[in-house]
Amino acid sequence: MAITLTEAAADRVKAFLDNRGKGVGLRLGVRTSGCSGMAYVIEFVDDIEDSDAVFEEHGVKLIVDPKSMVYLDGTELDFKRDGLNEGFEFNNPNVKDSCGCGESFTV
Amino acid sequence: MALLQISEPGQATAPHQHRLAIGIDLGTTNSLVASVRSGLAETLADDAGQHLLPSVVRYMENGSTLVGQLAKEAAADDAMNTIVSVKRLMGRGIEDIRKNEFGSYEFVEQDTTVPRIHTVAGDVSAIEVSAEILKVLRERAEKTLGDELSGAVIAVPAYFDEAQRQATKDAARLAGLNVLRLLNEPTAAAVAYGLDKKADGIIAIYDLGGGTFDVSILRLNRGVFEVMATAGDSALGGDDMDMLIARWFMQQAGISDDADHAQIRRLMREARRAKEALTEAETVSVAVERKDASVWQGELTRSVMHELIDALIKKTISPCRRALRDAGIAVGDVEEVVMVGGSTRVPRVREQVEAFFKRPPLVDIDPDKVVAVGAAIQADVLAGNKPDEEMLLLDVIPLSLGLETMGGLVEKLINRNTTIPVARAQEFTTYKDGQTAMSIHVLQGEREMVQDCRSLARFSLRDIPPMVAGAARIRVTFQVDADGLLNVTAQELTSGVQSRIEVKPSYGLEDAEIEHMLRDSMEHAKDDMDSRKLREQQVEGERVIEALQSALQTDGDQYLDKAERELIEQSLSELQKINLGEDVEEIKDAIKHLEKTCSAYVERRMNSSIQNAMSGHSVEEFES
Repeated sequence: MAITLTEAAADRVKAFLDNRGKGVGLRLGVRTSGCSGMAYVIEFVDDIEDSDAVFEEHGVKLIVDPKSMVYLDGTELDFKRDGLNEGFEFNNPNVKDSCGCGESFTV
Repeated sequence: MALLQISEPGQATAPHQHRLAIGIDLGTTNSLVASVRSGLAETLADDAGQHLLPSVVRYMENGSTLVGQLAKEAAADDAMNTIVSVKRLMGRGIEDIRKNEFGSYEFVEQDTTVPRIHTVAGDVSAIEVSAEILKVLRERAEKTLGDELSGAVIAVPAYFDEAQRQATKDAARLAGLNVLRLLNEPTAAAVAYGLDKKADGIIAIYDLGGGTFDVSILRLNRGVFEVMATAGDSALGGDDMDMLIARWFMQQAGISDDADHAQIRRLMREARRAKEALTEAETVSVAVERKDASVWQGELTRSVMHELIDALIKKTISPCRRALRDAGIAVGDVEEVVMVGGSTRVPRVREQVEAFFKRPPLVDIDPDKVVAVGAAIQADVLAGNKPDEEMLLLDVIPLSLGLETMGGLVEKLINRNTTIPVARAQEFTTYKDGQTAMSIHVLQGEREMVQDCRSLARFSLRDIPPMVAGAARIRVTFQVDADGLLNVTAQELTSGVQSRIEVKPSYGLEDAEIEHMLRDSMEHAKDDMDSRKLREQQVEGERVIEALQSALQTDGDQYLDKAERELIEQSLSELQKINLGEDVEEIKDAIKHLEKTCSAYVERRMNSSIQNAMSGHSVEEFES
């Protein structure tokens, strides 16, 4: 069971956390909604719950709740640029199908 | 593939429902757009990596427009069709424009109060020109954020009056932006530095842009920014520094004053480069080409530049002193000084500002970007991306709002620096016996006499029941929404008659007008409106004619003698004739005239119908 992130993603997360001035890490999760079954959640974390799994890589803590873990195991978080647009991307091996935009998916 | 941003805890949005909001600094010289992504507020760059968009729009013969750098480069060669500094025209009427210098544009006077500039692509208003700039920023933001925007906060100068604010809002709507809020520029700068998180304090905002200088004194009181005073010079900025440096080059290189445009432009460019280089370096080498293609090479040191520009910087200090005096505070009361505008990068400016305010100014945020960044932070909060405990920033009214009373005096209903949204009501009464209408003249300003304040709107309350003077109770309500836009309602309380105005600042546009502009058929809007009004009036005329004709047929001979009947029929045929014409007022008058002529007849008919109804009954039956 592991969640990883690229160095590019780690650099950005650190910068965003510094700018925010508080927070212990980044929460990755899924929830049921969206056009194709499930949607990703990516949030700053101020409090880690007891049931959360915590992964640390490149100096960044990734925090995942147990329900989401099932769908995210093996995922790598990346930070990408696409023209003027930039942001985070989930490389999730569990995904069988995703909607055209990639914001939601089915497993 | 959608690229995701980090949300605040618990604030993650459903797919395709991102609350993307932007902040815009719509500047006189340059404009910027910023947004908060993953908690970080940043200005957004175009494809070429440029953040600043020159606020210049060039209209082309084929009807298309160029906005930004390309337009700016053409400004000298195609001055008539290239609009620069359009912000100075926002919300201005033709009268205001005559009083000021607005370059070489050809203004077209029309029946609407919005002045238009004649270009090869047609006549354009300041609102439409600003909308072109906003459109480019909106498209840039949509490309960068990867989805449609939910709204924008646009920063406006603290001294902007209602008409100028309304014009800015109209421009944004024309550009397809949903305006969440207009925010005062100095307030935006303070927000960018997080000064709104403090409980209270006095903040000075020193804003030296390319062509304008503004200083604002803000007081923060329990999270509310109040503008205590503003001062400035609308014709003073970094461009003037460049001019002084360019002049020095000319002296050194022996270039005469009659240099052509192209050469002056090159000199100005070199001057700007030298000025910017001297922000870091102590000296900069300069090369200037003379007319005969020989080149003067020299050096400009920081201290020489200081000598050149010191007088100019001094000119910014006296407005600072004036603003403090107007605010009634001493230099020592100012807790923070925020630097805004690219020209505040010049180290000498910082030194002088520090010397005057006796404290180092805040300079960490790029002074070109600080207003846009503050607006973006506010937009992020308003779009709902922050937890509830983050307070919404409140703003205040920059100038008092009031109305005209007898004798040309202004009665203020809402005083300046009142926090908004706000509603205030006051009762007025009639001046003459039997007065049935009241004209309400809405004004903005601090002065006591009508002619010294700015006229925003006029409307009238009609159908007040005739009463002795002073008996009518007319409540006038002023309501200002969160954007600083005004609604005025007047109601006579004994009869309930009411009249209202959806702020029609004299130089703004009406909703209907905007819609037509969107469909590019601005010219027809008024015609449509007029013909509709005329048709409505004609229908009313026809109704009156028909009713009277049928009455005359039934009982005309019974209640009227021959002379009376002739008189009525005469004004009836008069109305029939006028009703076919196209003059709305004339038709109205003819209807009124006819009604007056008939009043005795109508009364007799009424009385007799009451008698008919009562015959055979005792009076007591009707009294219960």
